[in-house]
Amino acid sequence: MVQLVNSLTDGFLLGFVYGLAAMGLSLIWGVMTVINLAHGPVITVGMLTTYLLFVHVGLNPYLGMLIAAGVGLGLGLLIYVTAVHRVISAPHLSSLLATFAVNMIMLGIFNAVFGGDQNNVDFSLGSLSIGFLHITYSRLLAALGALLFTAFLYLFLYFTRPGKAIRAVANNREAAELMGIPSAQVLALSFGLGSLLAAVAGSLIATIFPFTIFSGGPYELKSFVICVLGGLGNPLGALLGGLALGLMEGVIPMWMPTSWVPVVEFALFVFVLVVKPTGLLGAK
Amino acid sequence: MQALRQPALWLYVGALFLWGLAVLLLQDPTLRETSFTLLMYVGLASSLNILLGYTGYVSFGHIVFFGLGGYLGFYLVSVQGLSLYPAALIGGVFCGGVAALLGLAVLRLRGAYFALATIGVNEAARAFVSNFSPFGGATGLSLDYSVYNLYGGSMTALWLAFVLVWLTAIAVVITSFLVKKSRFGLGLMAIREDEDAAMVMGVRTPTAKTWAFVLSAFFPGIIGTIYFFKNGNVEPHDAFRLHMSIETLVMIMLGGQGTVLGPILGGLGYERLRGYLLISPLFKSLHLAISGVALLLIILFVPAGLVGWLRRRFAKLRGVLE
Repeated sequence: MVQLVNSLTDGFLLGFVYGLAAMGLSLIWGVMTVINLAHGPVITVGMLTTYLLFVHVGLNPYLGMLIAAGVGLGLGLLIYVTAVHRVISAPHLSSLLATFAVNMIMLGIFNAVFGGDQNNVDFSLGSLSIGFLHITYSRLLAALGALLFTAFLYLFLYFTRPGKAIRAVANNREAAELMGIPSAQVLALSFGLGSLLAAVAGSLIATIFPFTIFSGGPYELKSFVICVLGGLGNPLGALLGGLALGLMEGVIPMWMPTSWVPVVEFALFVFVLVVKPTGLLGAK
Repeated sequence: MQALRQPALWLYVGALFLWGLAVLLLQDPTLRETSFTLLMYVGLASSLNILLGYTGYVSFGHIVFFGLGGYLGFYLVSVQGLSLYPAALIGGVFCGGVAALLGLAVLRLRGAYFALATIGVNEAARAFVSNFSPFGGATGLSLDYSVYNLYGGSMTALWLAFVLVWLTAIAVVITSFLVKKSRFGLGLMAIREDEDAAMVMGVRTPTAKTWAFVLSAFFPGIIGTIYFFKNGNVEPHDAFRLHMSIETLVMIMLGGQGTVLGPILGGLGYERLRGYLLISPLFKSLHLAISGVALLLIILFVPAGLVGWLRRRFAKLRGVLE
């Protein structure tokens, strides 16, 4: 029982970070119906930025997160301009392959520059004990950071002009253009924001777990699962889906070996896609 | 069978046939190994093209059939002691069956949703096989060396694997051509252009799509069995590489989707390029990045692929560029 509560809490806190990564993917899909297969490497960029700043500059990883956010935004804009913009109205295969090409390019560069070693942000904060409950501070702060960025996204989308423009373009691109909204810039900004969220999620993950340059991939796949659970294109659904996935990862090992977790996750993913492709929380 | 009288078919089959024959005559092991990989990719890309190029369904999970068929065939050969030929065939038929069942569910999804579902299927299959103890779990299975004695020793077995993959590749190309020229293929292409319109015009879309899926899954099952038989061991990580699925997609895009020749040329071109980059000291660590740049340039600027571009450019060549 004690173990269950502890692993549920761990899963719940990690779920916020999963949700944050998925929110980036969901935002990009919602605005331009592009599935961003370069999401994983962008998460890795967030990890690497935090790691490099911590090791070489000695910067506190939670401050490094802000720089990782900036890097993610810039990278997203760059990816949009070079790879996505030309295929935005082409069939899905083109945008899928274009973003995958970016994935290959980024992994290739990481491989040439950093190699495949495991990196670790060695920054321990100890843990908080409430009765029998033990929570490491790094997880708690990661969940807080994820919440903070979710709030930031919400405020941005609902209370600023560019945010409102993003929602307008997501709703109906042609109509938004007729109203004088520069859709190309808005699409680029949304892609940048999506990448920003991914990079921040990567940065937070780096404070919890050690990582390699390929670590972004599994989180990208988790993001797909979460987006489908919560409904593609629904950022709030993504956060809830992330929490659900985190809780599941905490609960499933109670009944079966941990290695079965991905089987359940992906089987559920395919099942939800087939039965209700708009997601458990999605609209009709 | 009007399709059999077309020169293009005989041109492609003849070229593949002569190539294999040349390899057999030269008896050069290095050439055999390269040709094995190239022909394997030609087979995989051409079989995926039936689903992707003709029907317009983007599958990221093509390699799941390669992995499942390979695992089942390998299990039959190594644990049950079955001969390679029935094992490969069972691997293929099993994959066809899996595709039929899976197709009932996932082929109802369209566009990006289908693509996502196939990624999920691949990951679920990998995770499942990693935990499935008859298939050796995460460590996989390996072949007892004495099994090769049944086929005249390990050297002969390698040649046998090459011959089988060569014949399978030719079979895939013939199938792909016949499908394209048939009424069934016409229905598939109608689905690709506009599924609802095809339905209104009387194409039985669920049946047609399922058959396309089954056909495209059958051959990877066979190729998988041969490949892992030749390798001598099979692991979940090797069998269900999402990356390999996508490389197959890249080959089709390079050569031209929806054409018979495209996947052949794309498979050869991509593999040669990668082989060159991997051995060149300058590009070795960057090979992934360079392949990525090549892919990006093609998608952005030549979306029809090499064959599509040639067809548009040189109208006279259309008779032989199918």
